[in-house]
Amino acid sequence: MSITMRDAVAKYGPRACVLAVGLGLAGGALAQGSHGGPYGLGTPATAEEIAAWDIDVMPDGRGLPPGEGGYEAGKEVYTEHCLACHGPDLGGVAGTGGGALIGGRGTLASGKPRKTVESYWPYASTLFDFTRRAMPFHAPGSLSDDDVYAVTAYILAEGNIIGRDAVMNAETLPKVVMPNVDGFIPDSRPDVFD
Amino acid sequence: MSSDPVWPEYDERTRAMVDAMVAAEQRALAARKAKLEDCECKEGMFPTGGRSATRRSFLAVAGGTTLGLAAGGARAAAPPGAIEFPVPDDPTRIQGRPTHDDGGYGTRSQFESEVRWRFPTATKESSWTMTPLESGHGIITPSGLHFERHHGGIPTIDPARHSLIVHGMVDQPMKYTMADLMRFPSVSRFHFIECSGNGLTEWKEPTLKTVQGTHGLTSTSEWTGVPLATILAEAGVQEGAAWVLAEGADAAVMTRSIPLDKCWADAMLAYAQNGEALRPEQGHPLRLLLPGFEGNTHIKWLRRIEVSDAPFMSREETSKYTDLLMGGKARQFSFTMEAKSVITFPSGEMKLPGPGFYEITGLAWSGRGRVRRVEVSTDGGQSWRVASLEGPIMPVCHTRFRIPWRWNGDPAVLQSRCQDETGYVQPTIKQLVEARGLDGGKWGSVYHLNGIQSWGVASDGSVTNVHHYA
Repeated sequence: MSITMRDAVAKYGPRACVLAVGLGLAGGALAQGSHGGPYGLGTPATAEEIAAWDIDVMPDGRGLPPGEGGYEAGKEVYTEHCLACHGPDLGGVAGTGGGALIGGRGTLASGKPRKTVESYWPYASTLFDFTRRAMPFHAPGSLSDDDVYAVTAYILAEGNIIGRDAVMNAETLPKVVMPNVDGFIPDSRPDVFD
Repeated sequence: MSSDPVWPEYDERTRAMVDAMVAAEQRALAARKAKLEDCECKEGMFPTGGRSATRRSFLAVAGGTTLGLAAGGARAAAPPGAIEFPVPDDPTRIQGRPTHDDGGYGTRSQFESEVRWRFPTATKESSWTMTPLESGHGIITPSGLHFERHHGGIPTIDPARHSLIVHGMVDQPMKYTMADLMRFPSVSRFHFIECSGNGLTEWKEPTLKTVQGTHGLTSTSEWTGVPLATILAEAGVQEGAAWVLAEGADAAVMTRSIPLDKCWADAMLAYAQNGEALRPEQGHPLRLLLPGFEGNTHIKWLRRIEVSDAPFMSREETSKYTDLLMGGKARQFSFTMEAKSVITFPSGEMKLPGPGFYEITGLAWSGRGRVRRVEVSTDGGQSWRVASLEGPIMPVCHTRFRIPWRWNGDPAVLQSRCQDETGYVQPTIKQLVEARGLDGGKWGSVYHLNGIQSWGVASDGSVTNVHHYA
């Protein structure tokens, strides 16, 4: 079962199907193109094409690649690629743009919040995903998956979230419970009424 | 007058950011002052504008900057986006420049020098610039003045080699070239985009001096592209799908999760802005447009759409762009930009030459639809008059308001507040702080400030950024 344009129109109104009406076509009357839907434009994406770009990782571990890494290897990766901006104590380096990665736990309600991976980030998957896609800043996407697992393990251990003996891989990383996992609520605005 | 609110404190990192922003604005204003040294306009209404600046005065500014136009001594003096030409004493006594001598793409006048102003971040790749709203007319932002926010610089992408992949919970994963996308039926719509960090310096006290600094992270363009609903229907969205991941092809490989409802409703894959292809800094050749949602979600250089049953929890929707509230919980997926307005004339750093007639004008907008009404106060919120709105009033679009004012020369406080078609009325900054941040008098978020802006007019006509409550 899939959602068609007609379903979308029924649910979301005419804006979703302005163009179908414009063509004088109604959902069921649209001729099927050679690929996908009625217009028949584009080409099917191959598994290889998708795999080359599909790098996102979700909190439940979906998207995590094979490989693994631990504290000691992670310390080496960190020292070589991360320390210059994030500092020897993972506290960030002023003037580089590199923020603090650890510390600040328990400060969110204090009035002087310190938002770090340790104190604020709700999921370990985000640390892996962001490091793999956008770090290190001077050479984004250059770390191997093993290196990303390792430096993730290093940062989480330095933040006392996992032990130094823990190895991060597709099995273990989704099981990490971050200190602020319950720290987020849905948008409740408007919150000021005249 | 009610008692002064208990002002919260900025966290360390925000404090440093605000301090740097103040310092940078002071440098920019000093440069503007130097530029106006020899200008007869310095006592005029628009001391921050470039309208009357002489070539000589412009050089005073250009001297300290690199304009990247090394070729030709005269050209090096022109403002960005302009070419310097000799100015004849009498343009009626000499033929003008040859037709098409510009190669077929025009430039602005050498006498117009307003520019975006860059926030002094640690790197120039992860940084932002602000639109000079005080020099804008009407509702459209010139493409070259549209505010920017980049997280990994501005990529150079050949549209002939760019493609969009749609996959995940779809019946048929698809790949579209730009040529494919431009064959689909298209739509054009006027919409503002506003960064949810707009005004981040202004929560606690009046901090930046100009409306460019306080409100310059919003801009309006006409956008043209394909409804995302068309593309999703082509691929066939499967039962159980609820979220979509949008991903950019920049060095940040920027990602945000978008509710599927929004994708069906009015999301657009935009390839054009103000009648031409997107500017590189606006996502060329393809960006996501999500009318009314915070700017960060309008993913630029769009390369991938993945349909899923859950949000992906990317860095930008967890550690950033979440709103820490009193009690230590943070609001997440706070997409909507709420109704807001600001007076752009008169505004900070301008100077009224004397008592008499002025037309107060400004912009109003709402992420929830059309602007219904704008009211203006010249006595700090004690009394309000309804301003006229320039049509057409379009949903999720800057709307120009105007109201006549006869200044008697006494000190005044100018404010505007708008109401959108949902009935929501723009609150005061104090109301927002009280609703979100007062936890022992402190708070943690800088996003989503849509409070009423106050401009103080002194008896000498000078206009400054103030906080004021009736």
